[in-house]
Order: sequence, then C-alpha cells, then structure tokens
Amino acid sequence: MNFYVLSLIKAALVAVVLLTLCAYLVWIERKVLGHIQLRPGPYRVGPHGLLQPLSDLIKLLTKEGVIPANVNTFLYLLAPFLAVLLALTSIVVIPFGPEVEVFGVRTNLGLTDLDIGILFILAISSLGVYGIAIGGWASNNKYSLLGGLRSSAQMISYELPLALAIAAPLLIVNSLSFREMVMGQQGYWFGILPKWNIFAAPFPQIFSFLIFLIAAFAETNRIPFDLPEAESELVAGFHTEYSSMMFAAFFMAEYANIATICFVATSLFLGGWTPLWPAQYGSDFVPPILLGGAGLMLLYHASQALRTRKWDRYSFPVLGVVFLGLAALFLVPALKPVLVPLFWFAAKSGILIFTFVWIRGTLPRFRYDQLMRFAWTFLFPISVVNLLITGLLVALT
Amino acid sequence: MFDVPLFLTFAAIAVACAINLVLQTHPISSALSLVGVMGSLAVLYLLLGGQFIAAVQLIVYAGAIMVLFVFVIMLLNAGAEKRPSRRVLGAAVALPLLFTAAALGAVMITTQIPKTAAVKFGAFQLGGAASIGRELFTRYLLPFEVTSILILIAILGAIVLARKEI
Repeated sequence: MNFYVLSLIKAALVAVVLLTLCAYLVWIERKVLGHIQLRPGPYRVGPHGLLQPLSDLIKLLTKEGVIPANVNTFLYLLAPFLAVLLALTSIVVIPFGPEVEVFGVRTNLGLTDLDIGILFILAISSLGVYGIAIGGWASNNKYSLLGGLRSSAQMISYELPLALAIAAPLLIVNSLSFREMVMGQQGYWFGILPKWNIFAAPFPQIFSFLIFLIAAFAETNRIPFDLPEAESELVAGFHTEYSSMMFAAFFMAEYANIATICFVATSLFLGGWTPLWPAQYGSDFVPPILLGGAGLMLLYHASQALRTRKWDRYSFPVLGVVFLGLAALFLVPALKPVLVPLFWFAAKSGILIFTFVWIRGTLPRFRYDQLMRFAWTFLFPISVVNLLITGLLVALT
Repeated sequence: MFDVPLFLTFAAIAVACAINLVLQTHPISSALSLVGVMGSLAVLYLLLGGQFIAAVQLIVYAGAIMVLFVFVIMLLNAGAEKRPSRRVLGAAVALPLLFTAAALGAVMITTQIPKTAAVKFGAFQLGGAASIGRELFTRYLLPFEVTSILILIAILGAIVLARKEI
C-alpha cells in the first residue's frame, strides 16, 4: 500500500487513541484518587461517571476564553498551543508492537522509527518547558511568573539525571532506535526470566529505572514535584490566568506527557511489547483470561446488583458482554499476533500510569529547596555512579 | 521530493526569526526568536543528513541554554528596552549602505569562492550517532578531549567568579 496513505491511517489511529486516552486518564485519576481517599469519585454523569470526560469537554468548550488585560497576547495564546503540540509530538517514535501483517499489509506497529529515537524524545521534552515558562511569563501575574520560573529551573535540573538514567541502558542495548532497543530485550534468562533492561546481563538497570521514574515525575510536573502549580502557595501556578480551552490544552499536555514518558519507560526498561514469560508457557492466554474473568465477574454481580445502585442493573451486563467480546477477540488466530503485543505494551504502560496516580494519592508535596537539593546532591551523583558502573561492566564483558 | 520546498521554508523561517530577534525591543521576544532560529537550523541539519547534530542542537541550544536565558530574563524581570527615537535621515543613509554591502558580499561570494558541486539532499550518510561517535573517539580524539577540558575550565571559572564569600 502507498506509504503516505498507510502513514495517514496510522497517524489518525494513534491520534484518536492518544486523545481519548488523555481524556480518560482524567477520569481514571479522579476515580483512583477517590478510592484511595475512600470516596467514589465521579459518579453522576453516565454509569460510574464514565461520561464525565465528555461533559468536562463540553463545559470547557462552551466556557468563555478570557484574555486578561495587560497580557502579552501573542505569547499568551502561543503557550498552550506549544505545550500541547510538543506533548503530542513525542508519540511518533514509540513502537507499540512488532512488524505485523494486517489484511495483507506488512507494517510496523508504531508511527515511525528514527535512528536517533531516544534523542528525539529528549529534544522534544527539553523544549516542552517553553509552553509552561512562556505561559507563566505572558500572563503578567506574579503567581504565574513564579510557577513558570520554578518549572524551568526544575526541568533543567531533572533533565540531567533523566538523561544519565537513559544513557546507562543504551550502553547495553547499543542503539538509539526504540525498535532496535525493544528487539534487543527479547529472549529469556534460564527460559523464564525476561531479558528486559531492568534484568539486563552485566548490570541490572533497576537503579536506572528508578532514577528515570523519579525524574519523570519532576519532568511532568506531578506530585510530589508539582511545585509549578502548587495550589497552596501559587493559586494555580503557571495556568492561573488561563480558562476555557486554553486551560484544557495545558491539562491535556500534562496527561499526554505522562502517557509518553510511561511509553518511553516501557520501551526502554520493561521490554516494550515482549511478554512477561515465554509464549510456550501460555503467556498468550493472559489477556483473554483477564478480560474474560472481568466479564464473568460483571455478569455475576449484575445478577445480584444492589437495589440502591440502579445504574448497575443495566451497566454491569452491557460491560460484561463487552469484556467477554474483547476476550474472544484475543482468541481469533488472525488478530492474535497484532493484539497480544499491544496488550503487553498497554499492560506495562498502564501499570506505570497507575503508579503516577498512586503516588499522587500517597505523597505530600516537596518544599522548593528540598526539590533542588534532592536533584543535585542525591539524584545526580547516584545516576553518575550508576552510569560509571554500567559502563565499566559493559567494557569488561 | 519535498527536500527543496522544506529547505526553502525553514531557511526563510530562520532568516525571519533572526531579523525579528534584532527588531524586537523586549528581551523575551528576542530570546524566543533565537529559539526559532535554532529550531529551523536543526531542521536544516536534518535535511542535510546530520541527524545527530540536529538532535543535539535542539537538546543543548534550544532546550538547555535558551531555557536558561529565558529563565534569567524572567527572574530579573527585564522590561522592554528603550530605543533612541528613529531618525529618517539615519534610515535614509543606512538602507542604501545595507543593500550595497549585501550586493558586494554576494558578488564576492560568487566570484571569489571556487565553484563546488551542488548539495544533494540525502547524499551524506555519516551523520548518525554511531559514525559521529566513532570519528570523535578515534580521528578527532585530541581536539575532542582538549575542548572538553577547556569547557571544564570555563565552568570552574564561572563558579569561582559567581561565588560570594568562602
């Protein structure tokens, strides 16, 4: 098939999935946070609040977009655009699965594969700070300005440990391209333990993984490092003056950044689309068992739904049938080679994204000087030591 | 197929951003124009096959150094600079001079510099990370190390100068 047509189809698919994922990440975050704090979370719009993102979108679209007096109008409008543009760009180099054949067309699951894939991610994420910094400055508001300042200082500081944590596994996989990186992590130690980078041969990259995750929290401005928008001190930080879709753009950029950095961590450290244990021990049957189990559980609970929760009598059977249908899809031989790698990629990234929400529900916010001291006196030295040990052991073997 | 239009587009953006950099009165706008120049230069490197240089240009210049510039401008809260009032006479003298200088430069370049073969997009294949790393650590090892020591000295000097009292 024509290269351009194929690329357009893939780009449209990825864009739709990523934007829907961003919208539903908000729902997942509010729901998980709610359950962590022993409350149900969004519950009113649709069954279990499932239509909440849609109603949020309508609310934000129909709100008046205020441009305050005395702002630098051009930069004020440029900032949310830049933020969301750069957040969505990084997705192009992420590989979601191996080369597959769908309807007679051979293609890679993923948009493109650059030889400098990981450098591309670093370049785009280092530009991402401009959206926040410009937005904070152009708002002409002292809280916004402080938020923008904090964000640029924080992102420059945490980019160093992030880059050093990325460099260590690169020494082992010997490539900058994401696809080759994941290919290098295929196979199993002793036939059972996956050869992912966190279990890699001369020096397991588990420390790099932890450093990467900590720095990723700072790069995406999430709790415990969400100083740029600390609401107890800065009202809402860099987006204090923004409303309507401009605010939504910042919000979407934050969630797209979380998704991308979790995809990068999955490809770099957790073996991308490779399963947790070999296919000959039945790892291909994990998705149908999980999804089918969820479907059966929903059907069982539908038969004894609580009288007070009227929605459940309709939503449980419908969702149960949907889950059983998904489980059946994984058993179709033609679709299996496409869906199973996608499932493993989604499962690993999903666990990482859940960790982001979990940490937000667990940890308090750092103080600003603690944040800086932590980056420069703890995280940076140990990432250097980790890189040196990895380099030495790779050179010796 | 898209090489020449892409080159012309990004070359035009680079020049436009560079002119804007000089014309703007506010330091933030100037700094952001400089980011635009660096971004379009990175695209030009990419078109010529210098993948690694393009990525490093974005990471180091646009992503780190310029963020520091913007940070400092925001921290000092520098306002728009005041230009002395523009004189019609000055512009009337300067514009012809500028065009003469540009024309002279163009003539010098076309006549003095020997003709070389035209650049073919995609002909240069050694711009990847692997080949640049190999060259840096074999053929250009000495200049590479000397430069890194020079930068280290500059960093130490900056720390010593910026430190208050011991």
